[in-house]
Amino acid sequence: MSKEQALKSFRWSLPLAIFVILVAFLWVGLSRDPREVPSPLIGKPAPAFQLAKLHAPKETLATADLKGTVWLLNVWASWCVSCRVEHPLLVELAKANIVPVYGLDYKDNPDDGRAWLAQHGDPYTASIVDRDGRVGIDYGVYGVPETFLIDKAGIVRYKQIGPLTPEALKQKILPMVRELQK
Amino acid sequence: MIARAAIAAIAALLLAAAAAAATKMDPVPPSGENATGMSALDVRLKRLETELRCLVCQNQTLADSNAGLADDLRREVRALALAGKSDDDIKGYLVARYGDFVLYKPPVKPITWILWFGPFALLAGGGAIWWVVLRRRARAATAGDAAGEARARALMDDSDHDNGSGP
Repeated sequence: MSKEQALKSFRWSLPLAIFVILVAFLWVGLSRDPREVPSPLIGKPAPAFQLAKLHAPKETLATADLKGTVWLLNVWASWCVSCRVEHPLLVELAKANIVPVYGLDYKDNPDDGRAWLAQHGDPYTASIVDRDGRVGIDYGVYGVPETFLIDKAGIVRYKQIGPLTPEALKQKILPMVRELQK
Repeated sequence: MIARAAIAAIAALLLAAAAAAATKMDPVPPSGENATGMSALDVRLKRLETELRCLVCQNQTLADSNAGLADDLRREVRALALAGKSDDDIKGYLVARYGDFVLYKPPVKPITWILWFGPFALLAGGGAIWWVVLRRRARAATAGDAAGEARARALMDDSDHDNGSGP
C-alpha cells in the first residue's frame, strides 16, 4: 500500500472509529438506569443491627442471630407504593420455602406496618422496625423497596434496587442462593 | 450575516446561563454569611452538604433537597460533625454506604481516569490533528509557490530569450 493509499484509508477509518466508539459509549450509557447506583456493600459484611421485631416489639433480631444462614433482607414500608408490586412475588417465595426473607420496615409507623402486612399477606420470617431509618442509612438504602442477599458468613452478595421481578429472582437471586446454601 | 448574528446571540445566552449556573453551584458561602448568625459549624455543614448528592433526587445536593432521606443524611452529617469527625471522615462514612456517587466531585482513581483526563486527551488529540493538517497545508502551499515560481521564471527566461533574439 502506497503512502497515499494509507493516508486515504486513514482518512476514512479514523472518523469511523471515533463514531463507533461514540456509539458504543452512548449505547451503554443511555441504556443504563441512572437510578441504579451500584452498592459499595457487595462483598462486604452486612452492617450489624439489633432491632425490635414488628410483631413482637419486646424481642429483637440481630444480624449475629442469622450467622450460618443464607437470608434475604427486604426493605419495605406501608407507605411504599412499589412494594405492592413486588409483594405477591415475596409471598410466593415464602411459600416455596427456599430462603428466609426478613423484612426491614423502613421509616414506618409500626401500626401501619402491621396493618399493611395483615392486608397484603406476610411473607417475612420476621420483620424488624427501623423507625428512624438509621439502619437504612447503614445499608445505603435510598429508595424502597430494596433487597439484599446475605450469605452464611454475613457478607452482602447482591442488592436488588427497586421491586423484585420474576426475572431477577429466577435468573440471579435464586441461583446465587442455591450456590451459597451449599 | 443573520446566521452569524443568531449564533452570536445563542453563544451569549449559553454563556450567561453557564455563568448563572456557576454562581448557583458555588460551594463556598459568601464571606458575609457569618454575620447573618450562622455558626462556624453551620457554615461548615452547609459547605459539606453542597458537596454531597441527594441520592433520591440525584441532581440536587444534600443542602438543596427536601427529600426525607436528605433530611436523615443531613442529621447524620451534623451528628458526625458534632462528634468531632473531619470532613474526610464524614465523606468516607457516606461513600462506604452509598458509593462514590454520593460525592459531587468524583475521586481520581483508575476507574475515573477517563472521566478526569478524557477531555484533556481529546483536546490534545484534536490539537495534534489540527497541527498536522496545518503543517501539511503550509507545506503544500510552499510547494505550490515553488512550482509557480519556477514556471514564472521559465516564462521570464523565455521572454528574455525572445527579447535577446530581437533586433
